[in-house]
Amino acid sequence: MNQWQNFTKGFIKENAVFVLLLGLCPTLAVTSSAINGLGMGLATTFVLVASNMVVTSVKSFIPDKVRIPSFIVIIASFVTIVELVMQAYTPALFDTLGIFIPLIVVNCLVLGRAEGFASKQSFLSSMIDGLGMGLGFTFALTLLGSVREMLGNGSIFDVKFATGDAILIFILQPGAFIVLGYLIALINKLRKTT
Amino acid sequence: MEYFGIIIGAIFVSNIVLAQFLGICPFLGVSGKVSTSVGMSGAVLFVMTLATLVTWLIYVYVLLPLGITFLQTISFILVIAALVQMVEIILKKVSPPLYQALGIFLPLITTNCAVLGVALLTQSKNYDLLQAIVFAVANAIGFGLAMILFSGLREHLNLMMVPKGMRGVPIALVTAGILAMAFMGFAGMV
Repeated sequence: MNQWQNFTKGFIKENAVFVLLLGLCPTLAVTSSAINGLGMGLATTFVLVASNMVVTSVKSFIPDKVRIPSFIVIIASFVTIVELVMQAYTPALFDTLGIFIPLIVVNCLVLGRAEGFASKQSFLSSMIDGLGMGLGFTFALTLLGSVREMLGNGSIFDVKFATGDAILIFILQPGAFIVLGYLIALINKLRKTT
Repeated sequence: MEYFGIIIGAIFVSNIVLAQFLGICPFLGVSGKVSTSVGMSGAVLFVMTLATLVTWLIYVYVLLPLGITFLQTISFILVIAALVQMVEIILKKVSPPLYQALGIFLPLITTNCAVLGVALLTQSKNYDLLQAIVFAVANAIGFGLAMILFSGLREHLNLMMVPKGMRGVPIALVTAGILAMAFMGFAGMV
């Protein structure tokens, strides 16, 4: 597999949210607007790339039996960094995302890539894999956030394009489940035809 | 009255799965049958209560006095991972039937964000020890309620004629959405 395919597989073919169904908790919780989805996606991407790089560098020193706890410590360190940086520079976004920032630690996507990919592959492949999967995750969150914001608030990235009443339910909790359900059905359809 | 508010609030008004979106992975992953959801809910009840108790003690007696609360995330996840392992070993020895029932669900719980989520929420709400335990138990019951209701619905869905493109996960998510809508009816109760 060449590196380009390695990079692009995260967007549609092996998209974390739509196909692998990993990391659904933050996906559903923070996507009430496009900008929140984008912020959460980028934070996760950073953790994913950094932890993949470290895991692949130290993989030969870690005994097999304690590899999962070691990976969790590595991931948790980067999450703490993200937490402190966001608290300092983007306090508004930090408040909206709330406990879902520390919860990146238990995002199955991050641990899944560390265990399933970075612990076996070379440094470069792991870095590209982390970047591709992370940006694919960001793409999914931004798409979900945009659809919900458009239907529920009549705006996109806080730019209002429709007047009158929007369908409020889509930015409330039930809307998250329903929009994601239809998006997965749509992506399944697209994957079958291509 | 105060405890009553915490309990009703955690189970119905801000249900951990349907309103706070924690623990979605097991909610979608092992909700195929009612019997497995009961097992999973039991394991979550057990681990969540223990984890909240232990992390509360660590936060108040270790992290706070030393002024290292920024290590909250990393220490909580390690404690939870160790705790789950320990519970597994003890259960295997002490109560084989219970281990048989909960065993396969225990490793999954380490990465269940509901457990870490409740531990973190407890800190952000500044509960004392008893309130924290009540909050954890109530949240676990809320998780079990959502999980068992949803698996009952999914068992029925298997018998329904569903359009081809919506089969499997998409229809399950839409169903969960409608369930969440029903739970919104509890809003404003507490």
